[in-house]
Amino acid sequence: MNGAVLRLENVDKFYGAVGQGVHAVRNVSMDVGQGDIIALLGSSGCGKTSTLRMIAGFEETSRGKIHLSGREVQTLPPVRRHVAMAFEGYSLYPTVNVRDNIAFALKAQRLPRAEVDAKVTEVTKMLEIDDILERMPNSLSGGQQQRASLARALIRDADLYLLDEPMGQLEPQLRTLLRGRLKHFIKERGMTAILVTHDQTEANALADEIAVMEDGVLQQFASPAELKERPANLFTGTFVGEPPMNVFPVSVESKAERLVLRFEGGQCLNYPESAFAAEVRAALIANGRVVIGVRPYAVRRSEAGAPANVLTNQWLGDQSHISASFANSTIVLVEHDRARVAIGDRIMIELSPTDLHVFDPESGMAISHGRELT
Amino acid sequence: MDQTSTLEKVLRRVAISLVILFFMFPIFWIVLMSFQTNETILRVPPSVIFEPTLSNYVALVTGKLETQAGTLEINFMSNLWNSLFLSAGSVAVGLILGIPAAYAFGRIKFRGSEDIAFTLLSFRFAPPLLVLLPLTIYFQKIGLADTYFGLIWVYQLIVLPLILWIVRGYFEDIPADIEYAYRIAGHSWFSTFRTVALPLAMPGIAAAGLLAFIFAWNNFIFALVLASADKQPVTVGALAFVTASGIQYGQVAAGIVLSILPTLALALYAQRYLVEGLSLGAVKG
Ligand SMILES: Nc1ncnc2c1ncn2[C@@H]1O[C@H](COP(=O)(O)OP(=O)(O)OP(=O)(O)O)[C@@H](O)[C@H]1O
Ligand SMILES: [Mg+2]
Repeated sequence: MNGAVLRLENVDKFYGAVGQGVHAVRNVSMDVGQGDIIALLGSSGCGKTSTLRMIAGFEETSRGKIHLSGREVQTLPPVRRHVAMAFEGYSLYPTVNVRDNIAFALKAQRLPRAEVDAKVTEVTKMLEIDDILERMPNSLSGGQQQRASLARALIRDADLYLLDEPMGQLEPQLRTLLRGRLKHFIKERGMTAILVTHDQTEANALADEIAVMEDGVLQQFASPAELKERPANLFTGTFVGEPPMNVFPVSVESKAERLVLRFEGGQCLNYPESAFAAEVRAALIANGRVVIGVRPYAVRRSEAGAPANVLTNQWLGDQSHISASFANSTIVLVEHDRARVAIGDRIMIELSPTDLHVFDPESGMAISHGRELT
Repeated sequence: MDQTSTLEKVLRRVAISLVILFFMFPIFWIVLMSFQTNETILRVPPSVIFEPTLSNYVALVTGKLETQAGTLEINFMSNLWNSLFLSAGSVAVGLILGIPAAYAFGRIKFRGSEDIAFTLLSFRFAPPLLVLLPLTIYFQKIGLADTYFGLIWVYQLIVLPLILWIVRGYFEDIPADIEYAYRIAGHSWFSTFRTVALPLAMPGIAAAGLLAFIFAWNNFIFALVLASADKQPVTVGALAFVTASGIQYGQVAAGIVLSILPTLALALYAQRYLVEGLSLGAVKG
């Protein structure tokens, strides 16, 4: 299976009858390589947990195949899949203390006591829960339960680790600290992991590749950099990145060697035709109407641009977020110096062709991205 | 909580006291009766002042009932033993059959599972006689009439649906992920059932067992129809106190007191598990 630990092939999940019921996961295919950390990103209810549960074997796959370490497993019971999972709802055994919760699986394998203790100490120290080992689960805070549940998964020896929002309950400081330690822990041991998160910083920091899901569909599966630079469609474009990408429908006109993008409010930006590669230019003209996207930090102010009126200006301590009304809509720009503009000010906005993402207005699929425009 | 006024507190106490009085009075009165002779019981007006006697209990234990018409033989003690044996036996069989079934109904959703579960429950709606008459005939044919085995079998009609439905609810309340977490760590389905599900459902099992025991203990009609004198429980045996020379109230009361004792003991014992179950509430969060 050429190094792939996990391979999903056209996996579907229906809750209820196939073809009726809730279609939670739609035709998802992906390969996860040995030693990779994958972040699964997507809005609430998009099918992340369902995907993990099918891999672990708690939910049947309605269609498609799952390969784990070269074996086809979609019909095997969970015991035989050799994966570890940290549950979204923690699911600690309420009748035993934290130490036993974490050590349960190792004890079942009859490892020597000293070895079990050493492993428990190591993983709980890493997660900063070594001081609550004798407590019972129902006396713990949400964040403590979550880390105990994460420890229970990490301590095991498995082919694949499924971590469903393993740090969602923690405060940002601790989360940042543990993020680094977790990555070190996983990489050091060559573990393969899929991690669900709602935190894009976490996904970027931890993951080799990010899978973006929406509505049960795997929208894009790519490296963090690729996801930023070459979003496959409007959804990933606007979902990934903070603050989100600005998008505007525009009509394209070609006039005397120049390409004019006309916004809905009547504003125009015009570029020399030579700013675009021949096939992109052809596609733009052929389409007539496209959606353009531009990331907030790529929006520039320049007297040569189009006018916009400032709505808010927030200084976040290290960057300014300015929003302005533009093209019957709002445009957000990020500047790294403290911007001296006030509400109601008129600013001039310029979008460089190398920063434009162009999407098909009907399908939402990307037509071209920034640098490849030229 | 702090806003409740003193008046409200007092009223609440009074109300609770009244309820307790209402429910406890008959028991209190029965206990008093069991230490009196028939004459003192029946005097008008009744009074709580009397000379206590153990004669009723003596009569029950020795099996000799003194009436104006002479001495009657009663086998109350063997009835008591029958009750104990039949109830305990039925509950044991009911638990052995009912718990795995409850787990299956609670966890595995298969086609028609709801219907089967409901059919089992519906046995409790049917009037017992509906089942009893045909059953009597069958039992006589296959030689099960008037055997402990046959009786315990019939008692399952009362015991099994009760256990099934109560315990099933408890299994359903255990988050499935707790079991999955255990299974994924390399444990079989059965060992998960035994080490995770069973202990967590213990309060439900205790409650169901206790209720089932009480229902079985109080059953009258099954044993009346299907059992002969030597296998009858106290509920049927108590008919012996209705004698030609009148009802022996003193002995009836003593009999009731004696027959409450086993259920009371069981309730006190099972209470521990019931309370433990409540404090385990975090599971359901
Ligand atoms: N047992 C179930 N029965 C029916 N529908 C379900 C079940 N579990 C999940 N769903 C539905 O499937 C869809 C995907 O759910 P899932 O739990 O996979 O989302 P998620 O991406 O993990 O969301 P979140 O980020 O909120 O955890 C949702 O619409 C949900 O309502
Ligand atoms: Mg989820």
